[in-house]
Amino acid sequence: MDFKFDIEGGNFSKAGSASSDVKKVLKKLNVDPKLIKRIVVSIYEAEVNVVAHAYEGEMNVSIFPEKIVVRIVDKGPGIPDIDLAMQKGYSTASPAVREMGFGAGMGLPNIKKNTNELNIKSEVGVGTEVELINYLN
Amino acid sequence: MKVSDIVSELGLKVCSGEQGLDREIKGGYTSDLLSDVMGNADADQVWVTLQTHKNIMAIASLKELAAVILVKGYEPEADAAEQSNVEGIPILSSEEEAFELTGKLYKLISD
Ligand SMILES: Nc1ncnc2c1ncn2[C@@H]1O[C@H](COP(=O)(O)OP(=O)(O)OP(=O)(O)O)[C@@H](O)[C@H]1O
Ligand SMILES: [Mg+2]
Repeated sequence: MDFKFDIEGGNFSKAGSASSDVKKVLKKLNVDPKLIKRIVVSIYEAEVNVVAHAYEGEMNVSIFPEKIVVRIVDKGPGIPDIDLAMQKGYSTASPAVREMGFGAGMGLPNIKKNTNELNIKSEVGVGTEVELINYLN
Repeated sequence: MKVSDIVSELGLKVCSGEQGLDREIKGGYTSDLLSDVMGNADADQVWVTLQTHKNIMAIASLKELAAVILVKGYEPEADAAEQSNVEGIPILSSEEEAFELTGKLYKLISD
């Protein structure tokens, strides 16, 4: 089963709406509430990263009998050094974005912590693809 | 303890989301960093913050928090209040600073 939701870069008033839609779908499918909680944390962080750091993107959810795969793909500046970006506290967020309480450099570490498998592919000047895999047991 | 109990005990103003006043509270979290709250708060907690924009409601809803309490007399932005009404998650406001308010809340909730 596949679902797709759009993400608008720069539009903070809609940040989290794709994640909220995905949460509703997972609830309807009776996915384990504990797993939903973990998935919600990671997809929200990935969604906000598109809003804060990229231009536009989408969230693709694929549900298999044994796993849930979420791919967040954006057109944006890309991430030059993924290992550096993964470090707690590292952020290139603008002062305006920080004032809103974003930009703590905790988003990617939150994703890592709440996901069975995290794959990030990025090309500078093109965009970023974040793949989150969670296994149902 | 219900949200309405802390409203009366701590003299909080109810800014929006009144229909959520009988939500049950299980602890709280104090932070102004949204990713910190996303990563560390738990369902049914009250969240103490000075952030007043709509994203606090996205987080409150996704995390299923019991209520958001704004400190230092801050009021929610209009779209945040609107979202709070839609979700039924109250936004409350306190005249106190985060330190004092969190201390009182902690005592109230853990007693
Ligand atoms: N989709 C993306 N496109 C471009 N850069 C990104 C993207 N996602 C993350 N980054 C880069 O990685 C850094 C770290 O991301 P992370 O989510 O951990 O922190 P943050 O977004 O800066 O702050 P927080 O998530 O705590 O609000 C970002 O500051 C940014 O430089
Ligand atoms: Mg982030």
